[in-house]
Amino acid sequence: MSCSWSFTPLGEAALLAEADTDDHVAANRAALAAAAALAADPMPGLSAVVPAIASLLVCFDPLVRSHAAVAARLRVLLAAPSLDGPSAGRVVRITVRYGGEDGPDLEEVAATLGMTPFDVVAAHTAQPLRVMMIGFAPGFPYLGPLPPSLHLPRRATPRAAVPPGSVAIAAGLSGIYPAQLPGGWHLIGRTALRLFDPYAEPPALLAPGDLVQFVADRSP
Amino acid sequence: MITVLAAGPLLTVQDLGRPDARRYGVPAGGAIDRFALAAANRLVGNPPGAAALEITAGGAELAFAGAAIIAITGGDLGAGRAGRPVPCWTAIHVGRGEHIVFAGRSGPWGARAYLAVAGGIAVPPVLGSRATDLAGGFGGLAGRALRPGDHLPVGAVPGATLSLGRHWPAALRPAYGPTPCLRVLPGPHGACFAPDVLAALSALTLQVSATSNRMGYRLTGAQLAYTRPCSLASLGVVPGVIQVPPDGAPILLMADAQTTGGYPVVATVIGPDLPLAAQLLPGDSLRLVPTTLEVALAARRAEALALAHPLDADEGDLLAALAGGN
Repeated sequence: MSCSWSFTPLGEAALLAEADTDDHVAANRAALAAAAALAADPMPGLSAVVPAIASLLVCFDPLVRSHAAVAARLRVLLAAPSLDGPSAGRVVRITVRYGGEDGPDLEEVAATLGMTPFDVVAAHTAQPLRVMMIGFAPGFPYLGPLPPSLHLPRRATPRAAVPPGSVAIAAGLSGIYPAQLPGGWHLIGRTALRLFDPYAEPPALLAPGDLVQFVADRSP
Repeated sequence: MITVLAAGPLLTVQDLGRPDARRYGVPAGGAIDRFALAAANRLVGNPPGAAALEITAGGAELAFAGAAIIAITGGDLGAGRAGRPVPCWTAIHVGRGEHIVFAGRSGPWGARAYLAVAGGIAVPPVLGSRATDLAGGFGGLAGRALRPGDHLPVGAVPGATLSLGRHWPAALRPAYGPTPCLRVLPGPHGACFAPDVLAALSALTLQVSATSNRMGYRLTGAQLAYTRPCSLASLGVVPGVIQVPPDGAPILLMADAQTTGGYPVVATVIGPDLPLAAQLLPGDSLRLVPTTLEVALAARRAEALALAHPLDADEGDLLAALAGGN
């Protein structure tokens, strides 16, 4: 399936394509496929491609490539049926210590959702989640879609400092804080994996399009 | 080698940043006034993206261990040596052991000066750039703002230095000045606001608030209410984007902005006008003026031509540049 896209310049050197749909899963799949196609066959003058939940930002040198040319290429790429279904993509297993000090919001999340903490963990680990985008902070993955049973809004009051490695959920998505950052998502667990290292190649553990399978750490 | 004797409020190593690292969620970063950085580098014979020092507001003092060719561009932050002003936007000679002092801004505008040295600041690149990423704690010198006692390596200068006395004419600089008019293109989320939101914005004089930094300027003087619920999925943003959080006070994203944002984007300042914004300090004012993509592209072409114009040393400048050098 495909959805319609609107194109707006973000200044003279960037073009933002936004999906006119609430089906973020389909829009994201098209944005990820278009970003991958641009990475495989870059246009001259292209400086950055940032796929997001339901949008794609392309930064370019407007003296090398015109807005019209970039928009025309994006229209073709975004309309192409994305052949890679939800099962395609590299699968990364991430072991998480759920609850307790590592996931201080797990009990409250469970109570809000009318579930037991065990059920929340079971739902969070039930199937792989897609890396829909990297943003907010270096290496921060937006993972989704979460099963509807885990949907809840952000915390009313954000935390000033979320510990690095915290695994969180909010607004139908899951995320992992790569560093100590302010954050408004619900913290349900923590991983020891390092998600971002500027000196590593690549610097981010996860890339858009990857699949993440969370695994509950059973060790005491 | 350059030794930092005083840093002022913020002194950092910057180049043209790491745009390609945006895909890892890393801010593009780099000099906030990219024109002034590129001009300073050209004046001393460096590639435009060589690493230089970004001085914020003043208060910095730098000591040169060896003779060097430098150029100071950007805002006038009262650069001087031995109690006398040094010519700005000009390649000058600095003698061994000399100090360059930035007393601070005395005129009605200016926030950031750039000091480029022939050979560039030779800190190791991280993710393809020597720019300091203050939030990420990498790049520049040890990933942090410079402080007194820091030593900065200077790169080797290939061949003869023919740049001394080169001067960058005022007519070929951005239209720096107090209360600059920043041209904006309409943003993708105008439907979140009243239909005449850009016209209304352009009638106002806005101020840069005290809670502003290299990531972004919070602007006061405008209250842009949403006219309908505007909950967006996070999307990619760039420096120049003006996003509006639910409190209605616009935020102008600058060089160190996050790669994505979740607030409606009302407009975007065009690239050629970002150097004007870069020269604003908290308390300074600005205006936003709607423009068209055609005008923005013409401004971009003019900027590229200005940055590439032939540089000649004229005799008067050469004498001024040599004066005080030893």
